[in-house]
Amino acid sequence: MSIKKFFRRFSFDSLASSLISLLLSFVIGGLLIWAIGTNPFQAYYLIGVGAVGTMKNLANTLASSIPLIFAGLAVAVSSKAGLLNLGVEGQLYMGAMAATLCGLYLPATNRFILLIAIMIASMLGGMLWALIPGVLKAKFGTHEVIVAIMLNYVAELFTTYLIIVPFREHGSTVNQTAEIPKAARLSKLFPRTQLTTAFILAVIVAIIVWFLLRRTTLGFKISAVGGNRDAARAGGINPTAYVIIAMLISGAIASFAGTTEVVGKYFRFRENFSPGFGFTGLAVAVLARNNPFGVIATSILFGGLSTGCLYMSRITGISGHMSNVIQSIIILLVSAPRLFEIIKGSRKRT
Amino acid sequence: MEYAIEMRGITKRFGAVTANDNIDFLVKPQEIHCLLGENGSGKTTLMNILFGIYTMDEGQIKVNGQPVHIRSPRDASRLGIGMVHQHFMLFNQNTVLENIILGDERVPFFLDYEKSRKEVQSLLDRYEFHIDLDEKICNLSVGMKQRVEILKVLYRGAEIIIFDEPTSVLTPQESDILLGMIQNLREQGKTVVFISHKLGETMTIGDSMTVLRKGAAVANVLREETSVHDLARHMVGKEVETSLEREEVEPGECVFELADVPIWEHRKSCNLRVHEYEILGIAGVDGNGQMELEESIIGLRDHRQGHQYLLGEEITHEPTLLRKLKGMAHIPSDRHKYGILPNETLCRNYLLGNQEREEFKSHGLIRTQRLDRFSEEMIEKYNVYTSGIEQTSGSLSGGNQQKLVLSRELSQSPKFILAAQPTVGLDIGAIEFVHRTLLQKREEGCAILLISADLSEVMALSDRIAVMYEGEIVAVGDSSEFTRDELGLMMAGHLGGAS
Ligand SMILES: Nc1ncnc2c1ncn2[C@@H]1O[C@H](COP(=O)(O)OP(=O)(O)OP(=O)(O)O)[C@@H](O)[C@H]1O
Ligand SMILES: [Mg+2]
Repeated sequence: MSIKKFFRRFSFDSLASSLISLLLSFVIGGLLIWAIGTNPFQAYYLIGVGAVGTMKNLANTLASSIPLIFAGLAVAVSSKAGLLNLGVEGQLYMGAMAATLCGLYLPATNRFILLIAIMIASMLGGMLWALIPGVLKAKFGTHEVIVAIMLNYVAELFTTYLIIVPFREHGSTVNQTAEIPKAARLSKLFPRTQLTTAFILAVIVAIIVWFLLRRTTLGFKISAVGGNRDAARAGGINPTAYVIIAMLISGAIASFAGTTEVVGKYFRFRENFSPGFGFTGLAVAVLARNNPFGVIATSILFGGLSTGCLYMSRITGISGHMSNVIQSIIILLVSAPRLFEIIKGSRKRT
Repeated sequence: MEYAIEMRGITKRFGAVTANDNIDFLVKPQEIHCLLGENGSGKTTLMNILFGIYTMDEGQIKVNGQPVHIRSPRDASRLGIGMVHQHFMLFNQNTVLENIILGDERVPFFLDYEKSRKEVQSLLDRYEFHIDLDEKICNLSVGMKQRVEILKVLYRGAEIIIFDEPTSVLTPQESDILLGMIQNLREQGKTVVFISHKLGETMTIGDSMTVLRKGAAVANVLREETSVHDLARHMVGKEVETSLEREEVEPGECVFELADVPIWEHRKSCNLRVHEYEILGIAGVDGNGQMELEESIIGLRDHRQGHQYLLGEEITHEPTLLRKLKGMAHIPSDRHKYGILPNETLCRNYLLGNQEREEFKSHGLIRTQRLDRFSEEMIEKYNVYTSGIEQTSGSLSGGNQQKLVLSRELSQSPKFILAAQPTVGLDIGAIEFVHRTLLQKREEGCAILLISADLSEVMALSDRIAVMYEGEIVAVGDSSEFTRDELGLMMAGHLGGAS
């Protein structure tokens, strides 16, 4: 029954308008490709091959979707409580730093214990960084967006300081920590790709988030506070408490966007390793309308775009940044969903 | 003959619900046309179609004889149609004048304040509206805010004006003033569509009436040809009974007590005691502290002074949740603010306030099956008109939202019921039902505090009455001690009438 309910709830209209905006973005992207003198159909074909053409490409697409899934879920959870967590970027840096230090200095050799400890350290780092805007918002009504954005800079610069001064790898010419031990690394799901067990973790977290929001009283209280704060209060729910709890959950999930990159990909903390996952996560959540499974689908789409465009650029000479262009168009079109409602409305009567 | 509005064969479906089913709706120029029907019968939907908020699935619309396509409220404005919504759409921090002239799409990029002010002023004179153009909206009473809404519509040049349940938020005095204004509008040549559940009102000002039942138009009559009784029969489809039977019961122990709580600062503090088997009615003109009283009883305001007791225990500083778990039910006067989660399904709205009860929760999980069953029962019992428990509460009709809140609050065998404006926006059948339910709860031993701006409701239901004026309780006594006129005088601040 729940599957049927789920599809009914994810109403056709919202799905349709998301799909329309996607389609339109590809058309506009195609026109741009055509304008710089390449056949757009060929370009899209190459992007498709690059993204999903071989098992290896598919694996890399899934791999690059991992941080986006976590970031998107983090934003979705906070949005449910009526907040906008724009601090995912800072939270993922803090979480990843805590995780890296845990991997470097925890004298445990048991793989299982070490990984669990890393996950916990990561969540604590992210939660700490999410707690600040959460508390300020709940207690003083400070706008969470501004606090979070400022904290992003603090987190980025603070972690950079840590890898330059106290935790820099001996003799390294770049700013990074030493490598974490083999026992602290995630295993690969597919050889010679970057796809690790982190993808499974991402799917599990998405299911947990869905379950939390739909089936638990905690999730209900979070969405009640986000949906109508006054009614929640009159229903005996303390908004302050649940705003903070939602931020903590969001921060914990956000931290995995950084940590899985460290323990699955680089095996160390590198300076500025995130190309703005936090902000892409925001776009992912908006496009997915905060639906956890929608977040997975959207992240894979964005992941596929970037691996596909990389492949296309090697063959055609169009810059791999084309993926950024198409992504940006998608984001632009998604943030104007009103447009589609208007288009939809006027089409009906002609 | 040419109609001002000619809507023919209008059909509108929302999923499985047919909100409008092949409706013909005809309004002659310069008449006041009343649109009647039970909650959820499709009145608001029909008017939203005319005003361009919804698009119809089938049907044609002619305005002044011309076939038209109305795609948005802007199209409607251009055709001279204006709508005064039940929920005010005003900017609280701006002045009356700003609210009237801003957002008018005819305004060019730069505003000519002086010219606009003159125009608005001439409207005020013409329609005899008394209102200060430089007052901020947040300082206005409900009736005044409504006047601003009407002015907004007139300023945009509307010739046809739709009022959706305008009187349900007004006090009787304000209602009378509004009805006068509407008659004046007709005299000035405007055409009016008037939606109301109060049949008396519609008989006073309506020239003709259309009655909807379950989405279909079932009657179209002139005032001369009909009666209140007749209209009620058309709406409900059968004879309606309107007599309330009150059993005489002796009040029991004190259930809820408010002791020395200052509802307004720097005013005398309030004392109230509500007993088992008793309804205590609070009479008063809206805005005399009823909202503050309501909020402090459910624990949304922390007063430094005074005490509150529920069933003998002090609850002065207890949070809302504990009060609810101890047996307090709350029917909020402002259901949109305090009553519903508009984007959630009906089930989840039934969970609100019950989320900590063992019945619906085990180990932190929602017991969905029970919740679904409970929701279905409530919908059935209270006759909530809906496509099912998965519908969002925001898309229910106004009256059905009220039924949702009522059924939720009265279901958990409460000991004390705080019922604030419990029948706002309900149709006669539903009002009847609510009154009966409250009386039945009283006979079961509940203590009920009824706050209502409707004096007849207070007089019909209460065992005792307290009058509220400017944040103070100015009189308390058995309801038999007061006459209607005395109450009216005291509500207006003239003391010394009784006790
Ligand atoms: N946006 C919507 N989505 C789904 N159903 C809707 C929507 N709007 C209205 N309905 C349904 O259409 C029916 C008619 O609603 P409408 O608001 O027109 O009733 P009404 O006559 O104005 O009632 P009331 O007197 O309670 O205000 C109701 O059953 C309602 O649930
Ligand atoms: Mg209505």
